[in-house]
Amino acid sequence: MNENKIIEPKGEAEQATENTEAKKIVQLIDVAKSFDGEIILDHINLDVHEKEFITLLGPSGCGKTTTLRIIAGFVTPDTGDVLFENVKINDLPPHKRHVNTVFQKYALFPHLNVYENIAFALRLKKVKEEEIYERVEEMLAMVNLRGFEKKDVNLLSGGQQQRVAIARALINKPKVLLLDEPLGALDLKLRKDMQNELKNIQRKTGITFVYVTHDQEEALSMSDTVVVMADGKIQQIGTPTDIYNEPENAFVADFIGESNIIDGVMLDDYKVKFSGHEFVCLDSGFGRGEAVDVVVRPEDVDVVPLDKGMLNGVVTSVTFKGVHYEIIVSIKDFKWMIQSTDYVEVGQQIGVYVEPDAIHIMKKSEYSNMFGDYSSFSDELEHLSDASEEEE
Amino acid sequence: MTKKNNILKQAAAYPHMVWAVLFIIAPLLFVAYYAFTDKNGKFTFANIASLAQAAYLEVFLRSICFAFLATVICLIIAYPVSYFISRTSPQAQKILVMLVMLPQWLNFLIRTYSWMAILEDTGIINSILGIFGWELHMINTPAAVILGMVYNFLPYMIIPIHSAMTKIDPRVLEASSDLGCNPLRVVTKVVFPLSLSGVISGITMVFVPSISTFYISQKLGGGNFDLIGDSIERQFQTQYNYNMGAAMSFVLMILIIVSMAIMNKYSDDEGGVIV
Repeated sequence: MNENKIIEPKGEAEQATENTEAKKIVQLIDVAKSFDGEIILDHINLDVHEKEFITLLGPSGCGKTTTLRIIAGFVTPDTGDVLFENVKINDLPPHKRHVNTVFQKYALFPHLNVYENIAFALRLKKVKEEEIYERVEEMLAMVNLRGFEKKDVNLLSGGQQQRVAIARALINKPKVLLLDEPLGALDLKLRKDMQNELKNIQRKTGITFVYVTHDQEEALSMSDTVVVMADGKIQQIGTPTDIYNEPENAFVADFIGESNIIDGVMLDDYKVKFSGHEFVCLDSGFGRGEAVDVVVRPEDVDVVPLDKGMLNGVVTSVTFKGVHYEIIVSIKDFKWMIQSTDYVEVGQQIGVYVEPDAIHIMKKSEYSNMFGDYSSFSDELEHLSDASEEEE
Repeated sequence: MTKKNNILKQAAAYPHMVWAVLFIIAPLLFVAYYAFTDKNGKFTFANIASLAQAAYLEVFLRSICFAFLATVICLIIAYPVSYFISRTSPQAQKILVMLVMLPQWLNFLIRTYSWMAILEDTGIINSILGIFGWELHMINTPAAVILGMVYNFLPYMIIPIHSAMTKIDPRVLEASSDLGCNPLRVVTKVVFPLSLSGVISGITMVFVPSISTFYISQKLGGGNFDLIGDSIERQFQTQYNYNMGAAMSFVLMILIIVSMAIMNKYSDDEGGVIV
């Protein structure tokens, strides 16, 4: 996990209001799907709006890929309806839908060269040769692959294959482009470049993108709307900033970025007690004395001298991360993660200070006690679990 | 270390090299020797030249026609069967492939005799048809011979095509329907080109044994449709004319090599041809 969450505040709020007014292009209504008795999608409702970059985000097995495949037409829902421009398309086969897919690991046609792969959809429609040439060249220019026409796709690098896959899916001018973990097989540097490129392509073409990923950073930096999924259910739908700053429950808080999730009690509106201390917060509307989950992001915790701290604790570990130190502090037997540019020593007693706007209150949910503190936190384990997710 | 490994690797190839020299290259040299000599061991083209007789030409032509038809029929049957098998679950595929190979566990002679019992004028099919007062003459016809070939060599068409099809990434098929292929076009535009190497192997593996087969025609054709294989057998077994037998074998070999070369030419660089 990366701690440098760069949240771009630019215009996302406006975009969100735009989106609510924009036309709904794809709607999933009460869609459920099971495979061999195992529930994959548990009655989900989802609206995709025109020109939106919407990301389905969640760990492996959360149902995000199945959702995408239902929109593409490869999976038929057990119950519920799929609407495309307000027309029910439950039983419409994939080749008749106005959506195209960029597949995980590209799925290029190994018997065709770059040009023929991209021209594939147009050839099926018996488009004139000159027009095919024009449009393929246009696509090649868009994905920066000019001059690769005659190349064997099996000999291209991962990034180049990815570009061919995107061009092949876009040449049909689909109304919606579905992308199934398209960058999962690329190395980090290339993935960052491709993220920008994809975002640019989406802006330029104005095509609705439905993007599936398990990489929260990718989701936050590219999307207009993020749909967080777990256990076949949608946990939260919102703009990246909403999702990060106002997580709906402990799952979302834990999955998106790093979070200290602490048990608390609402004493009154704008007043919450946790770790034996009363805090002022910005949340209201909870019952008096209601048990809640409190989220405090590691970067929102300030390290202060002991006498100025709202809470006091002992530093149990410090890791240098480049931009900041990652400090684990034991406060009343709860291990907090704090990100700070100030160096502290292991074993040192420190005070911590939390501003009211850094506290986010969530209702208790089925995920409330699933995410412990950072006592067993290890970077290595995080990476291992990331690696296993790649294989979905 | 690597040098030692190389020596070991080379050593591992020796048994096969000895085998190949003793049982492949040497016999071929013998065939060539007999084909180009007369009974007294003198060099001659007479054996080869005498194959230009109408009787022999007819045998060659018939063999080519029968083998061609058997191969085409095998392909027409095997392709959809292979496609069907390759779409089933891995466990089902194992069982179905085993069922395809199952008849091969029985002796070739017994299988051919069984077909006689089925096709004869007093055989199984005709006894059933007889109930309705019908009668169908099947045995000793060209169709019976070709049926025998198709039955015997069909598995060798199915196995390579099936194996090529299982190597096709299912996502590629999804991609094609995503881009607008209806189910038929998925097959013509993607499955077929990607299974072409298997088709070519299959054609080779059916055509070659079909063109050189013997015994099937004797039993199911009643000796009316002499094929090259039968003629060669007769030269060695009853005429004791090794020179003529060798000459026919030699020409058959050339024929096979030429037809494989043509196949190779059409298979581009798919590289799936097993000769």
